[in-house]
Amino acid sequence: MSIIATGITKTFGRYKALNDVDLVVPSGKLVALLGPSGSGKTTLLRIIAGLEHADEGSGKIEFHGQDVSRVPAGERGVGFVFQHYALFRHMTVADNIAFGLRVRPRTQRPSETKIADRVGELLKLVQLDGLDRRFPSQLSGGQRQRVALARALAVEPKVLLLDEPFGALDAKVRKDLRRWLRQFHDEIQLTTIFVTHDQEEALEIADDVVIMNQAKVEQVGTPQEVYDRPTTPFVYQFLGNVNVLRDVAAWSTTGPIHDNGRLAADGLLYVRPHDIAVSRHEPGTLGVPAVFRHVHTAGSQTSLTLELLHTRETVEAEISRTELAELNIKLNDLVLLRLRPSHTFQHDYAI
Amino acid sequence: MSLFTSRRSALPGFNLSLGYTVFYLSLIVLVPLSAVFLKTAGMTWESFTQAVASPRVIASYKITFGASFLAALINMVFGLLLAWVLVRYPFPGRKVIDALVDLPFALPTAVAGIALTAIYSKNGWIGQFLEPLGIHVAFTELGVLMALTFIGLPFVVRTLQPVIEELQPEIEEASASLGANRWQTITRVILPELYPALLTGFALSFARALGEYGSVVFISGNMPMRTEIVPLLIITKLEQYDYRGATAIAAVMLVASFLLLLVINLLQKWSRRYHRV
Repeated sequence: MSIIATGITKTFGRYKALNDVDLVVPSGKLVALLGPSGSGKTTLLRIIAGLEHADEGSGKIEFHGQDVSRVPAGERGVGFVFQHYALFRHMTVADNIAFGLRVRPRTQRPSETKIADRVGELLKLVQLDGLDRRFPSQLSGGQRQRVALARALAVEPKVLLLDEPFGALDAKVRKDLRRWLRQFHDEIQLTTIFVTHDQEEALEIADDVVIMNQAKVEQVGTPQEVYDRPTTPFVYQFLGNVNVLRDVAAWSTTGPIHDNGRLAADGLLYVRPHDIAVSRHEPGTLGVPAVFRHVHTAGSQTSLTLELLHTRETVEAEISRTELAELNIKLNDLVLLRLRPSHTFQHDYAI
Repeated sequence: MSLFTSRRSALPGFNLSLGYTVFYLSLIVLVPLSAVFLKTAGMTWESFTQAVASPRVIASYKITFGASFLAALINMVFGLLLAWVLVRYPFPGRKVIDALVDLPFALPTAVAGIALTAIYSKNGWIGQFLEPLGIHVAFTELGVLMALTFIGLPFVVRTLQPVIEELQPEIEEASASLGANRWQTITRVILPELYPALLTGFALSFARALGEYGSVVFISGNMPMRTEIVPLLIITKLEQYDYRGATAIAAVMLVASFLLLLVINLLQKWSRRYHRV
């Protein structure tokens, strides 16, 4: 089921959490709302869920073409998963999952045996079979989050909304669980929106990424689009590391400055560390001279810190360990930097 | 090798602190209480039963336990409401009301008793309106209930407040988004989370009411067989130099209260069974 939000504004007192935001989520997609804290992403999610309401007279929320702005949360057919799980601690895992079915009006309530079957199915789906008699306090964080997911799915929602679902988990579990969520989504094909401030998470599993900043949507696109062709300096800086270079004239002799909108509207050059090539300083070679200050190795990649000779700006360059070995340079050696052409293959255009 | 091995904790001195705990508890609680039993033990069975089971004493048990129980129940309901409002809704004067809740703690109970009597007596501010309706508060069982409710209120409110503060608003939202209506959210999600604290508040309020003396003696009228409470009976016996009779009743009260509190504590433990780890 598609979700369309148009012209949503939300203010808390004097603070504007959302400023005339539009959002379109096509049916069956897994969409990430990505942004720093305070960007309004959670507020937008809560408004879609009906847990919060947009300012009077501003915009509307449509599910499958139907205006649901005035429909209460419980009747919107959304499954909502909270960052801190919000499980009912006095209920067992099975009772938690069955909650949404048991509170239905008597006429629509399934029989207890049907509920038990459904709970069993869901436990299998989230890979927690056998834990039905446990209390939430006896589960790990990752397990609790999956119980929360199963509970949300029990009422057969048409839309799944997840608020920083992996925010409270440790790095390893986060990674496993988000890959699991991706597979899970491919299986059940439910329109899903999840909020995150972790760009890696969003880029890895989402079909579309919606990048938000200061109550506005900055850019919408597939992970590759937003990473390779950011439309604003904010998106450039937010998605991965970026060097901000002032001396555009000097760099323009070393490589394409228009690739991927590197040259932003603010007159600065935004270049990813892996788009900077490093070579030995030899007379007659083209490049911006810099001093090699520091090297930091992470896995197969090395990150070099370089200081530009003329402007004293610090630049980061990422090259492989083999490349670094071939360069054969020492700290404080003079090197030359060039811009690599960007790695995009499709829609290669400049702004 | 110590008898009570405990896991090594960051704070050393388990043996020392345990010894201190036992010593202190003995000095302050156990020794005085055992004196009650020792004194009672000197009585013959016959004089004991006579002291603790005469109709007048039985009547006083009924009013004391009955009114205390009812007062604790009332406090549980209204204390919950009060604590909820104080925690959840910001409104002007909240701090003042919050401070007012403690007043029954701080006020000398005699003052409370006199004030309540003055207000609810026939010519009092409130009593003059109740009297024509046939509702008599001062010098009746209702008066006893009133006084006991008054002094027990802070216990429930103060026990519940931190627990309500810790209640995540998300569990209410989760309940709502799963389709529960407000009533279902209250009865199935919120109240079960509060049961342990509610029971604690109830137990404290109940225990406090059982031992209350100062405020009740003013408003109850102290009519034997009707509004005479157990603590008053004990004092009366003491004044008549019937020390054994007084301690006998005290011992019965002590055992009964202890058993009741034990039951409430067990109930409370059961209601927290999910709260392991």
